[in-house]
Amino acid sequence: MSEKHLPLEAMHEEAGARFGTFAGWRMPLTYPAGVMKEHLHTRKKAGLFDISHMQLFAVEGRDAAAVLSRACPLDATALESGKSKYTLLLNEQAGIIDDLIVTRLGPNRFMVVANAGNAKKDEAHFRAIAEGFDVKIEALDRVFLALQGPAAESVLLGAGLDLSDLTFMTATEPRENWFAARSGYTGEDGFEIALPVEEARSFAEKILADERAMWIGLAARDSLRLEAGLCLHGQDLAESIDPASAAILWALPKKLREDGGFVGSEALRRILAAGPEQIRVGLKPEGRQPVRAGASLTNEKGEVVGRVTSGGFGPSVEHPIAMGFVAKAFSETGTPLFAEVRGSRLPLSVHSLPFTPHRYRKG
Amino acid sequence: MSKTYFTPDHEWIRVEGGAATVGITDYAQEQLGDLVFVELPQAGKALKKGDAAVVVESVKAASDVYAPADGEVTEVNEALSSDPALVNNAAMGDGWLWKMTLSDESQLEGLMDEAAYKATIA
Repeated sequence: MSEKHLPLEAMHEEAGARFGTFAGWRMPLTYPAGVMKEHLHTRKKAGLFDISHMQLFAVEGRDAAAVLSRACPLDATALESGKSKYTLLLNEQAGIIDDLIVTRLGPNRFMVVANAGNAKKDEAHFRAIAEGFDVKIEALDRVFLALQGPAAESVLLGAGLDLSDLTFMTATEPRENWFAARSGYTGEDGFEIALPVEEARSFAEKILADERAMWIGLAARDSLRLEAGLCLHGQDLAESIDPASAAILWALPKKLREDGGFVGSEALRRILAAGPEQIRVGLKPEGRQPVRAGASLTNEKGEVVGRVTSGGFGPSVEHPIAMGFVAKAFSETGTPLFAEVRGSRLPLSVHSLPFTPHRYRKG
Repeated sequence: MSKTYFTPDHEWIRVEGGAATVGITDYAQEQLGDLVFVELPQAGKALKKGDAAVVVESVKAASDVYAPADGEVTEVNEALSSDPALVNNAAMGDGWLWKMTLSDESQLEGLMDEAAYKATIA
């Protein structure tokens, strides 16, 4: 399969990006500043991310809300226009096919943002559920940019886009075929903006003309989301993992957990009744050595009690950080554990999430 | 008079009077990005050419550094425990990784000189 290219690839080349493949896309991993500076810059000022690998779906029609409420543990009929919701696509076993953001744009119009690697699978899943309903699902061709950090609102204003009325997890369509949400995946205040390909370069240039903004690569996107305690599908979330184990039940309204008719609802009720066997936790290695995804977690007796699903270094917290799944009995904050790394046992402990406080603009 | 050799895996080895200092090249540190941890061997450890002797860890990933020749570790760069970024800032100098004896200097003959190495990364 040939690599997919971002519409703004030339801009990234000009900025000196180092590229790598992620979910089939040729993505900028770092720019000359390097992951450490890019990460810290985002928390301090404003980082511009090209997230065009992610897929936007327009879901429209009389039955749009009904179809979304069937596909996701989400009461789409009750979602107010202009509001976004983090939700999931579950299989019949309540395994997580993908995590999504669904935004209502009007009585019969929704925008769904899906992960790059899962977009085809998601689309097929949505289409199967939509069979026989009055709904149209369209995969949109857009450039998708995220501007994250405390200066994001002000930088956008300077670029001619006033989104100051938005609060965290609300969205609007500021121009024809544009979509803008106050959301992101760094733990910072910020925006995600989808726009037509032909308008994207000049818009990005306007943003970058502000010295507070700079391109940030995928490497820092990963360290930022990990510090913020946010899950990456394919690592911390997967079809073999249910929402209770993933500790993201907050994304599922309580009433729906009890009587929702979404795909996977029955399996989820069984899991909730029995209690999940393993649960996702934050992990803080004691020393300087990072612990990576795939490492086994053991207790003092050397018994395997879990595994690391994301791990690296947190430039803002200045120590290694990780997330993983551990048996319920070992999930309490402070529980001492060990990670098996290249034959040695590195001490770490269960840590609360996030590692860096979220700084969202909540109304 | 010292002489520096380069491996296709982007290590350098500087040889002076039968002893050698090993590090990664500036190109390698650039590819790896900001280093946050360097796992060093113990002094006294016997190395065979091609052994993973050191692990350098960037924010995102861990990478092996291979022994360019047979020999024994005599010293490691302790400064890297508190400041792994030395490798980024001075890969060919203060960011050296370990010093070693050489059991078979003829192994160096298969390595590249600076000009040949530069041609491979150009």
